[in-house]
Amino acid sequence: MSSWLDYTINGLIVGNVYALVAVGLALIFGVSRLINFAQGSIYLVGAYIGWVAVVQLHTPLPLTIILVAVVAALVGLIIERFGLRPLQNSVRIAPLLATIGISFVLDQLVMLTFSPNPRALPSQLPDVRFQIGGGTIGPLDLLIAGVGITSALLLFVFLRYTKLGWAVRAASQDRDAAMQMGVDVNRVNQTVFGIAAALGGVSGLLVGMYYNQIDTAMSLQATLKGVVAEVVGGAGNVPGAVVGSLLLGLVESYGIAVFGTSYRNLFAFLLLVVVLVLRPNGLFASARQAPPEPLTGTFIAPSRPVRIPRWAFAVAVALFAILPLLPVSFYVLQTLINAWLLGMLALSLTLVAGTIGQVSLGHAALLAIGAYTSALLSLTLNLPVGLAIIAGGLMSAALGTILISPSFRLRGHYVSIATLAIGEIVSLVILNWESVTRGPIGISGIPPLSLFGYDLVDPKAVYWFSFVVMVVLALLQVRLLGSHLGRSFRAIRDDDIAARAYGLSLNRYKSLAFIFGGFAAGVSGGIAAHLYSYINHETFNTQQSILALTVVILGGLGNVVGALLGAVALVGLPEVFRIAAEYRILIYGIVLLLLVRFRPQGLLGTI
Amino acid sequence: MGEAYASLLSLRGLTRRFGGLTAVDGIDLDLAKGGLVSIIGPNGAGKTTLFNLVTGLDRPDAGTVSFEGRDVTGLSPERLAAQGIARTFQLGRVFGNLSVMDNVLIGAHTRLRAVKPAVPVIGPLLELGLALLRPSAVRAEEERLREEVKAILARFGERLLPRIDQPAYSLSYANRRRVEIARALALKPRLLLLDEPTAGMNPSETAEMQGLVAELKAEGLTILLIEHKLEMVMRLSDRVIVMDEGKKIAEGPGEQVRGDPKVIEAYLGHGLSGTAEQESAA
Ligand SMILES: Nc1ncnc2c1ncn2[C@@H]1O[C@H](COP(=O)(O)OP(=O)(O)OP(=O)(O)O)[C@@H](O)[C@H]1O
Ligand SMILES: [Mg+2]
Repeated sequence: MSSWLDYTINGLIVGNVYALVAVGLALIFGVSRLINFAQGSIYLVGAYIGWVAVVQLHTPLPLTIILVAVVAALVGLIIERFGLRPLQNSVRIAPLLATIGISFVLDQLVMLTFSPNPRALPSQLPDVRFQIGGGTIGPLDLLIAGVGITSALLLFVFLRYTKLGWAVRAASQDRDAAMQMGVDVNRVNQTVFGIAAALGGVSGLLVGMYYNQIDTAMSLQATLKGVVAEVVGGAGNVPGAVVGSLLLGLVESYGIAVFGTSYRNLFAFLLLVVVLVLRPNGLFASARQAPPEPLTGTFIAPSRPVRIPRWAFAVAVALFAILPLLPVSFYVLQTLINAWLLGMLALSLTLVAGTIGQVSLGHAALLAIGAYTSALLSLTLNLPVGLAIIAGGLMSAALGTILISPSFRLRGHYVSIATLAIGEIVSLVILNWESVTRGPIGISGIPPLSLFGYDLVDPKAVYWFSFVVMVVLALLQVRLLGSHLGRSFRAIRDDDIAARAYGLSLNRYKSLAFIFGGFAAGVSGGIAAHLYSYINHETFNTQQSILALTVVILGGLGNVVGALLGAVALVGLPEVFRIAAEYRILIYGIVLLLLVRFRPQGLLGTI
Repeated sequence: MGEAYASLLSLRGLTRRFGGLTAVDGIDLDLAKGGLVSIIGPNGAGKTTLFNLVTGLDRPDAGTVSFEGRDVTGLSPERLAAQGIARTFQLGRVFGNLSVMDNVLIGAHTRLRAVKPAVPVIGPLLELGLALLRPSAVRAEEERLREEVKAILARFGERLLPRIDQPAYSLSYANRRRVEIARALALKPRLLLLDEPTAGMNPSETAEMQGLVAELKAEGLTILLIEHKLEMVMRLSDRVIVMDEGKKIAEGPGEQVRGDPKVIEAYLGHGLSGTAEQESAA
């Protein structure tokens, strides 16, 4: 029985760490109705500042903590001032995308400064363990518990007994009323971001010490865990976030005890999906509440799309079609093949995120489903590659839609969280379901692309194959948008309540959008699998989801031509300017931020 | 025709609570086919909440809604729309990025047949296939609906027709309200609920709207109307229901209700906030 006590202690300690992240998220959500996807990046920054302090400056522990809190708070203030405040009066999708962009920029900056290799972060505390009851507890556990409890007390006193704390509470209860009463909302936002960032940074430091290791992948994990805890507790509910965090810590700890470490995250995300579906307002929310009536079209920027004449599109297609006949290098063809694959993914995402308004952050999972299906069918059943790819598309359409369907009842930011979690679940299932997916080893020796028995190994043939597939998918999508489904999808995006009042079933039409989009993404993944000949659970990752999202925003939400243009631009321009690979993600993040700020409707406009 | 039901819509003891507040408190209401009943009452009386309960956007905590003699309490808004209930929204909920034409076509969504075969399970997939293939029956249906939409828009004179391809967000406020009503008419409703159709309109626009509602009534449409402008309520209604703090405080012909001391008190008691008299005098 002693180990159970250990698991409980471990769960509570980890829960304490999550609480430091989740409380910040809850504070921010409370005052600005925003899920801050950059929270994990601040946690990452905190961990690395801590590393600098401990390993290079040799600061004593109290000073380390203060240093981390102060620097992280500064980062938080900068994010608020320059990243989010300028977006105060823009559409609701803007701050969501901005925090995603900021998170990518911060993570990449940390990675470029410190390299992606893991580093050890020594704990600065004696390595002894005390017996209590049947379990053991170490000084670091006590420190974490102490920091958690102290922060909670300080926060309580601040919110309860100071004027600024009162303003924060007022703003989170009714922002407009608070403003009318003279509350300075900018000051409240600053305060909240500062506090959230300080807590997040310290949390990163403590986790680094706890596992004696830090690396740049921590960021996304922390965001996800924090968001899970916050949503479980009820978005914007500060005490709820603490309880949610402890619950999450325990669920994970017991889950590991029963099933093993590689399942840790699976439990977190399953908990999230279950809560989102059964109690979208959190475990402690009171009555069901209808959202207030919004003004028209506030989620995406209204715009008039740039009209591309048919002949211009036809000429562009013809030019790209004859390109391999010109004396171009292998390198150019290779780059464009990547652009076409990304183009298919972007077609899928622009339909799902742009046309029907479900901003998916887990789109790479659809690639993975298509890729694994196609690879396994061609390897184990010897299915011809062409058919296997189509099967991959169909599987991605079917499975993707079923997996994402729990999120159909959700709106706005929640859809993004749910899809992010579902994407992670897919990758974890691939990792753990070894009998089918071959687990961490991945699948190698995938047969090359072939059509009617002829292998397509010549880059020209691969180029034409992927280009034709992409153009066909694009034309189908244009046809779809011109049908009654196109207008139904867009109506649901603009106002789902009015759409329901006119007989549009959200489940039905969101399913159809995901079926159509899932097929395109699955085909893209299938082609990629046969092109790469080796795939594993990390081949299709969140970075690709974000890249596709940037492409979609760049081209204009829902805009088919825009998605293709965006794909060529984002794949091609870094090649043209010979930008080193490690700077590219940084540049994508910056592009996303600039777009959100200065041209939210993208190059060719929302459709 | 000899329908078996006495009234097209009837509410019994309809109640909806938000925390400690009872927004709709035991409302009974009967609306005969072809009738027009108005609901008036001070701000926050619960009128819009009542509409939400009837259209399925919110669920009652107690009470029943029957439509054409069937119990439809708690049905989803999609199902209720398919049964012929259409509404407009107080604050205006047009689809901002859709053209006027597309907005109104959405109103006709429940009437699509050719492209939405009523087949269980694979129906949605057939719908996707038909949308992509567009056989002649589907094209003909779409064409017919487009013509119908133009005819509906023509009821608003030159207000909407010249702007048929413009996105709704670019329209004036009054025109957006008109698009909402056009969208509701495209459903060919058997019951139409209008939530303050003239809010924010100037006197001449209000008169125009009043004319349209009178026309619809004359055509036999059954209408439930929320309106603050008493002048219009008096002209159009067969019967007026007054709500205050969720309860029905008076019911009867317009003139009788107008002189009811309870009604006057309800309005005065709320400091004349947004009262009907003020607005209709304007
Ligand atoms: N989703 C909700 N959650 C909590 N309270 C609500 C909700 N919707 C409405 N209320 C409250 O219910 C009461 C009735 O509101 P309702 O909008 O139905 O009034 P109304 O009669 O339409 O007023 P108005 O003339 O201003 O449109 C109000 O006090 C309102 O604040
Ligand atoms: Mg109202």
